[in-house]
Amino acid sequence: MTALADNPLLAFDLLLALAIAGLAVAALTVRDAFAMIVAFLVFGTLVALAWVRLVAPDVALAEVAVGAGVTGALLLRALAHLRGGSLSGRAAAPRAAAPTPAGTLGVNAVLAALATLALGLAWLGTSPGATGLETPVAAAMGQSGVEHAVTAVLLNFRAYDTLMEMVVLLAAVIVVWQVERGAADAPRPAMGEIYQGFARVALPVAVVAGGYLLWIGAEAPGGAFQAGAVLAAVALLILMSRIYRPRAAHRLVLRGGFVAGAAVFAVVALAVSGAGRVAFEYPPAHAKTLILLIEAVVTISIAATLAALFYGREPLSAAVPSSANRGKAQ
Amino acid sequence: MTDLTEATIYGLAGLAVFGIGLAGALGATDRLRRLVALKLCSVGAAFVLIAAAWRAAPATPDPVPHALVITGIVVTVSATAAALALIRRLHTLETAADD
Repeated sequence: MTALADNPLLAFDLLLALAIAGLAVAALTVRDAFAMIVAFLVFGTLVALAWVRLVAPDVALAEVAVGAGVTGALLLRALAHLRGGSLSGRAAAPRAAAPTPAGTLGVNAVLAALATLALGLAWLGTSPGATGLETPVAAAMGQSGVEHAVTAVLLNFRAYDTLMEMVVLLAAVIVVWQVERGAADAPRPAMGEIYQGFARVALPVAVVAGGYLLWIGAEAPGGAFQAGAVLAAVALLILMSRIYRPRAAHRLVLRGGFVAGAAVFAVVALAVSGAGRVAFEYPPAHAKTLILLIEAVVTISIAATLAALFYGREPLSAAVPSSANRGKAQ
Repeated sequence: MTDLTEATIYGLAGLAVFGIGLAGALGATDRLRRLVALKLCSVGAAFVLIAAAWRAAPATPDPVPHALVITGIVVTVSATAAALALIRRLHTLETAADD
């Protein structure tokens, strides 16, 4: 245990690792679904802290904003729907599922253990001195247009992944709008008056924080995804405090917002090609401008998409009763 | 891997979370809980990637797994939203059928 004497923070790491594993077990064993979601939220926050310890601040920001924050909001919203509009009390009892046979549980446990073992072997089998792609990335940073390695990978070296990620977000919104089309109108989550006051104070701060995260992403941890999640939180506050109510007439603008990120990204990628360049090969002189342009539009798209995923169904005209919507959808 | 480092500790924690999530997803009877278990599983996999990208100071970590995990987080939230929409719809259909 000389390592602990050399680096006292390792004791903190051990405790944090135990807390994370314990919260994962708690989230799956606690009976109440609300408690499960709260355990999951705390789990996500502690995971982000662990990733800060592993020198991954960008990922930690994304995890705490999207992985814990937005996902937690989505889960709580779904739970409120299942419980008929309130978070307390029991869900309308789902049909009692037959208890899983012990044999199935055993097989499941063995299979899960085998898959975990395979992942562990893949990780532990890597030789300790192995390097990944950090050397090539560091060598190419000069042409990337930004000073921060993670942003360079996301928006330049592996920009194709990020474009596809925008397409996945777009697909999710299409799926949610289609699935919810025939569903009964659920009670909308709303905040009390105290929270409306909170929204007034928090909104300007959050907008500034989102803009800062976007701008700083070029040279330090931050970037489009973290900024988009912060702006999505702004949109959630606006939706829940009823400052803005989506209306059918706004659908065109909303759809434009969802598509803009992927569209601008793809147009820029194709526009820089030609004259010996391939798609996504930004001219080094303009790389930073182009990356910031893409990031700005992508940020707005992510915020609009995440907020729409939270809101759920497509805003249809209020005059049409939900039974008519159902008939139209089928 | 004989030294006790941050990467070892958190890598093992990530493996544990991956296993817990996978076992939970296979065994869950409640849809919402199965979804949370799958989320745990994905965070566990991301954990192992981040631990593998870690380098002993003063070296900086490998940024490529970091970018992959950020992409993964956003893809996961999209999948979660789609799954929750399906769960809500199934619930609505079931309660309507029970009436």
